[in-house]
Amino acid sequence: MKRYGFLWMIAILLIGTMAACSDSDSSSDGSGGEGKIELFSWWTAGGESEGLNALMDQFKEEHPDIEIENAAVAGGGGSNAKAVLANRMQGGDPPSTFQVHGGDELLAGWVAADKMQPLNDLYEENNWKDVFPQDLIDMVSKDGNIYAVPVDIHRGNVVFYNKKVFEENNIEPPKDWNGFLEVAEKLKSKGITPLALGDKNVWPSTMVFESILQANLGAEDYNKLWNGEIPMDDERVVKSAEMFKKVLAYVNEDHSARAWQDGSQLVADGKAAMNIMGDWANGYYKSKDLKPGEDYGWFASPGTEGEFQVITDTFGLPKGVENPDQVKEFLTVLGSKKGQDAFNPKKGSIPARTDADMSKYGKYSTDTIKDFKDSKLTPSLAHGSAAPEQVVTKVNQAVNVFVTQQKVDQFIESLKQSVSSLK
Amino acid sequence: MKGNSDRIWSILFILPSIIFIGIFVYGFISWTGYVSLSEWRSLIPNYSFAGFENYLNLFKDFRFQADIRNTIIFTVLFIGAVAFMGQLLAILIDQNIKGESIFRNIFLFPMALSFVVTGVVWQWLLNPSTGVNLLLEKIGLSPKWYVSTEVLFGIPIGKIEFGIPVAIIAIVIAAVWQMTGFSLAMYLAGLRGIPEELKEAARMDGASEWKLYRKIIFPQLRPITMSVIIIMAHISLKIFDLIYAMTGPGANYVTDVPALYMFETTFRANDYASGAAIAMILLISVAVFIIPYLVVNRRED
Repeated sequence: MKRYGFLWMIAILLIGTMAACSDSDSSSDGSGGEGKIELFSWWTAGGESEGLNALMDQFKEEHPDIEIENAAVAGGGGSNAKAVLANRMQGGDPPSTFQVHGGDELLAGWVAADKMQPLNDLYEENNWKDVFPQDLIDMVSKDGNIYAVPVDIHRGNVVFYNKKVFEENNIEPPKDWNGFLEVAEKLKSKGITPLALGDKNVWPSTMVFESILQANLGAEDYNKLWNGEIPMDDERVVKSAEMFKKVLAYVNEDHSARAWQDGSQLVADGKAAMNIMGDWANGYYKSKDLKPGEDYGWFASPGTEGEFQVITDTFGLPKGVENPDQVKEFLTVLGSKKGQDAFNPKKGSIPARTDADMSKYGKYSTDTIKDFKDSKLTPSLAHGSAAPEQVVTKVNQAVNVFVTQQKVDQFIESLKQSVSSLK
Repeated sequence: MKGNSDRIWSILFILPSIIFIGIFVYGFISWTGYVSLSEWRSLIPNYSFAGFENYLNLFKDFRFQADIRNTIIFTVLFIGAVAFMGQLLAILIDQNIKGESIFRNIFLFPMALSFVVTGVVWQWLLNPSTGVNLLLEKIGLSPKWYVSTEVLFGIPIGKIEFGIPVAIIAIVIAAVWQMTGFSLAMYLAGLRGIPEELKEAARMDGASEWKLYRKIIFPQLRPITMSVIIIMAHISLKIFDLIYAMTGPGANYVTDVPALYMFETTFRANDYASGAAIAMILLISVAVFIIPYLVVNRRED
């Protein structure tokens, strides 16, 4: 009998676990059901999560009846979140709305996979076509349909520099890459690392190369390069590769051991003079209590003045969501002036709308907002806007090898292979 | 009769785990194998048959060639150092020293950490511009450790130089620091298992201490060495977390390994087919070590 008693216990345990499983199933179903919005992003770091909370508070204020759930997955650049998202989308369990970079990450990824619903009616209802720049709307549109609402803008082609180092050595921000080389030589002779780089994760190197490419090609042809309309063995690309090689002679030796923050820190410490980094570096400096305009300055990367490399976070409406109307209510708040002005000052980015309340933003951001209005916009490759992920990964691989081997021919050859899937 | 019902009960008991392992281990391995032969290269699943194209492309790939080199070098250096250090420390501790348990704990302690922690700690220690290296710089040495892209004794084969990447040595140091405690424990147990009479008898016959070790003790430790090699081999072939935390792929892929490449291919580039192919190669290379071990174990039973 004793033995059977033990068996019964197992049976009860089994049934218990099954019941528990089905319980959790029904609750996760409920998250997509009536009255609840599941907000999927990778904003968990300081600044990011504060911005997200401010946005969610704004929404609760306007729609107290709709419950909103933060389903953020930690991991820099969305490396973990993107894998989770892919599994959920493929399994037919999409979050109500999710963070995705405008450009090819959205268009060649989810829109091409037929997983997104167009939002044209939402844009008309809110007259968003008048407040979002056309270049930005193009980054979330395909075949006349608009698929997402941009919430923030980051700039890719910025050089941050240490003001003290520049002043002590009588240096002005260089206007083109040859000017950069002159400045770099001068700094090097003084024992200061001219350009800080932290490319443990490779993409910071890709950002440097991308800045040089854009300077040599100009905004329009730079875009054509990633559409496959201009071949990778174009002489301007070769010239860029040669310039990239020269620039690499002026970076810190231990770059491959450092992450991007470590590179930015070199500039903060005055050990290095400049750092090409997106404006999340501004958020980093702020968190280190450095004063914009006093301790550190910034300028558009040489030769790209008047151009603005855009990294934009957007939110769309996946197909198969149970309460699309409520999700649209959320997207309306996300795209509203109030929503964007609640979110962006905390996150350190600038609003995607052109009619922001300037008084809410710091010195760096107000300058960037002005630049954003007057500039020609281009998508960033390093952050997945200019080309599909497969291409970005392969270009990163090519750059990684080039940084040590510095063989231009081989580099051009691998770049050609990287974009071969575009046609 | 009783024996028969016992048999039925025992089968019923293990049946659920057999089913679950069948689905969630072997089922998914077959699924991965199937994906590795498909054309699934984006977010949209595409199961059209590609044959062995994914595998062929991999072996032509510069990065994968570097991965193979790195894995071989890492495995050889890592296992060799762990076995040697473990044996050496076990013999020293076995000399009936005072405070033996303290030493044992000191050497075993790193095992309590995860590889990620080890990676972060050693990344700080070996960073050429911080830590211990500032002292070394003062005396005129400036080792580059894992930042180095140099390949020692390089012989060009295909697109890569086959040799010992300097950066791998830095990673081996961290890995050995973590795992030596384990082999120390194994060897110490082995040493303690050798009957005292055997050693006494040898000493009576006039064997010197060196001869005692060479003729009696080392041969007795051979099965332990086999176990250490096999256990360390599957750790080193699959290694991911330590390298991910310490260097990533490294410039010029001097510290890249198949597990890292698999992760990036599958979850960054959404190239599921190639990612699955790397995973299958990884599985096969681990199986090459594990299956003979299982077979030998079974025979001994």
